[in-house]
Amino acid sequence: MSTAAIVSAPEKPAPAKGIRWLHGEEARGLAMISPTLLYALALLLLPVLLVIAYSFWTQNYLDIDRTFTFENYRLALTEPIYRDLFVRSLWISLLTAAITVGFSYPIAWYISFHGGPHKNLWLFLVTIPCWTSYLLRVMSWKVILGYGGVLNTGLMATGIIEQPITSLLYNANAVVITLVHSWAAFAILPIYVSLQKIDRSLIEAARDLGDGAVRSFLRVTLPLSMPGVISAFLIVMIPTVGDYVTPKLVGGKDGVMIATAIQAQFGKSANWPLGAALSVTTMVLVSLAAAAVVLALRFAVRRIR
Amino acid sequence: MLQRIRFLPFLPVYVAIYFLFLYLPILLLPVLSFNDAATTTFPLAGFTTKWYASLWGNSVLLQAARNSLIVGVCVSLLSTILGICAARAITRYRFRGQRAAGGLIMAPLFLPEIIVAVSLLMIALQFGLQLSLVTVILGQVVFCIPYSMSVLVSGFEGFDRSLEEASYDLGETAFGTFRRVTLPVVAPAIVSSLLVTFTISLDEFILAFFLSGTEPTLPVYIWGQLRFAAKLPGVLALGSLMILASVVLLTVAEVLRRRAERRTQAALAH
Repeated sequence: MSTAAIVSAPEKPAPAKGIRWLHGEEARGLAMISPTLLYALALLLLPVLLVIAYSFWTQNYLDIDRTFTFENYRLALTEPIYRDLFVRSLWISLLTAAITVGFSYPIAWYISFHGGPHKNLWLFLVTIPCWTSYLLRVMSWKVILGYGGVLNTGLMATGIIEQPITSLLYNANAVVITLVHSWAAFAILPIYVSLQKIDRSLIEAARDLGDGAVRSFLRVTLPLSMPGVISAFLIVMIPTVGDYVTPKLVGGKDGVMIATAIQAQFGKSANWPLGAALSVTTMVLVSLAAAAVVLALRFAVRRIR
Repeated sequence: MLQRIRFLPFLPVYVAIYFLFLYLPILLLPVLSFNDAATTTFPLAGFTTKWYASLWGNSVLLQAARNSLIVGVCVSLLSTILGICAARAITRYRFRGQRAAGGLIMAPLFLPEIIVAVSLLMIALQFGLQLSLVTVILGQVVFCIPYSMSVLVSGFEGFDRSLEEASYDLGETAFGTFRRVTLPVVAPAIVSSLLVTFTISLDEFILAFFLSGTEPTLPVYIWGQLRFAAKLPGVLALGSLMILASVVLLTVAEVLRRRAERRTQAALAH
């Protein structure tokens, strides 16, 4: 009996592959994640799909005409006002990301290589300002850069300037300064993580083989920290393209970005399909720009090596 | 050490300037909020606490603060519960579609917030939901889950599975194991997640702006006040209090997170 049982055991019909994964590990994992996943599907994916659907519809006063059309995209891409806003938003987000990453890299490097035993404290100090209210920080920059603001009155009180500088606030520069400040920690953290992962003996090896500090940095440290630089670039660039508060508060007429136009379609002018098309176009354009930047960075690093 | 001095004498100076740049805006608000003048000019006019005193009599502001508190508590609870499910699934199990699921849940980190806000507004109105604090809560949870998850994943990652297995072997039920073995180890990470998500919710503006209807939260209230120059000192005082609240909450969260890290490391060492 016992031998028969052993022999016949493999002949028991094995559960079909498609069913088996519903049991054990996989099933429990899926069950565990399902509340969160369903929430994200219902309140993230579904809404985004609705936006995409709307972008192909049109609005007739209060009714939505559901015939498929590219009209909204034609408007979004050909109207000079939207074209200018897209170009400026992309340019500001690109510039912000480049400056943030460039200025933050040395800080991440310093913490990783010279942070000593208190690296966590350094990182905490870096992140604190970025966690405080975004709206309040933008407001603070407005107070600093304004005509009768802290910087102007302070400089005048110390006698460095006699007339207030008018070019500080209400332009694209003010937007970039404020955004760089807002996103600093988001750039430092990924770069720091990738610097931490570098095997220090590789750098020593480069030095032993005769590379100077600069060369070993360019040929070992920088290329190996590239994943961090790239994710820092993306995590700054993509969200900033749609920033609403900063351009509105410190941008003035010359610093308006696409989010203002999107918001207007959901407020007073109430043209949801056009607002949806502007949103989708923003996402597509910033993704393309981000992809181009990633390729360019990879190429540049390969050239240095 | 020698190389550091030779090549990088400027780096500590640079670090100092960078930190000044980071901290200047958030330290300036409290300084100006005690200034005895309605304008934000230097040199300062004198010390006063009257702007803080003026906050107490303002019933619209107190209502906004109450709204923020309700939203913050609900958002931090909901997003931490959902974050626990997802973080546990990702650190404990392997299953098909794990990366895709994790990617979708973390996506709000990589999306312009206005697009999340607009899409939520559309879906809410599409399904005939009245804009209220409920819609703000639902929206902010989407935005807070990624942060909750990253705090929790790092807290769960070092967790030793054999502890749970030992508990099962000794006859404890799944729920009993979770309550008596898992929870005590991961509790600091959970509290840290609650605090972080509460802080994010308290400070969050865009989603609240689009989804709050006629019930403003504190940031939405502040946004409305910014149009009036005369209201600025009061806003500075309110803003300083909010910054203080954020810093305190985050410091507690960080201390707890580190304690959790040490504890899991100690558990691994044994």
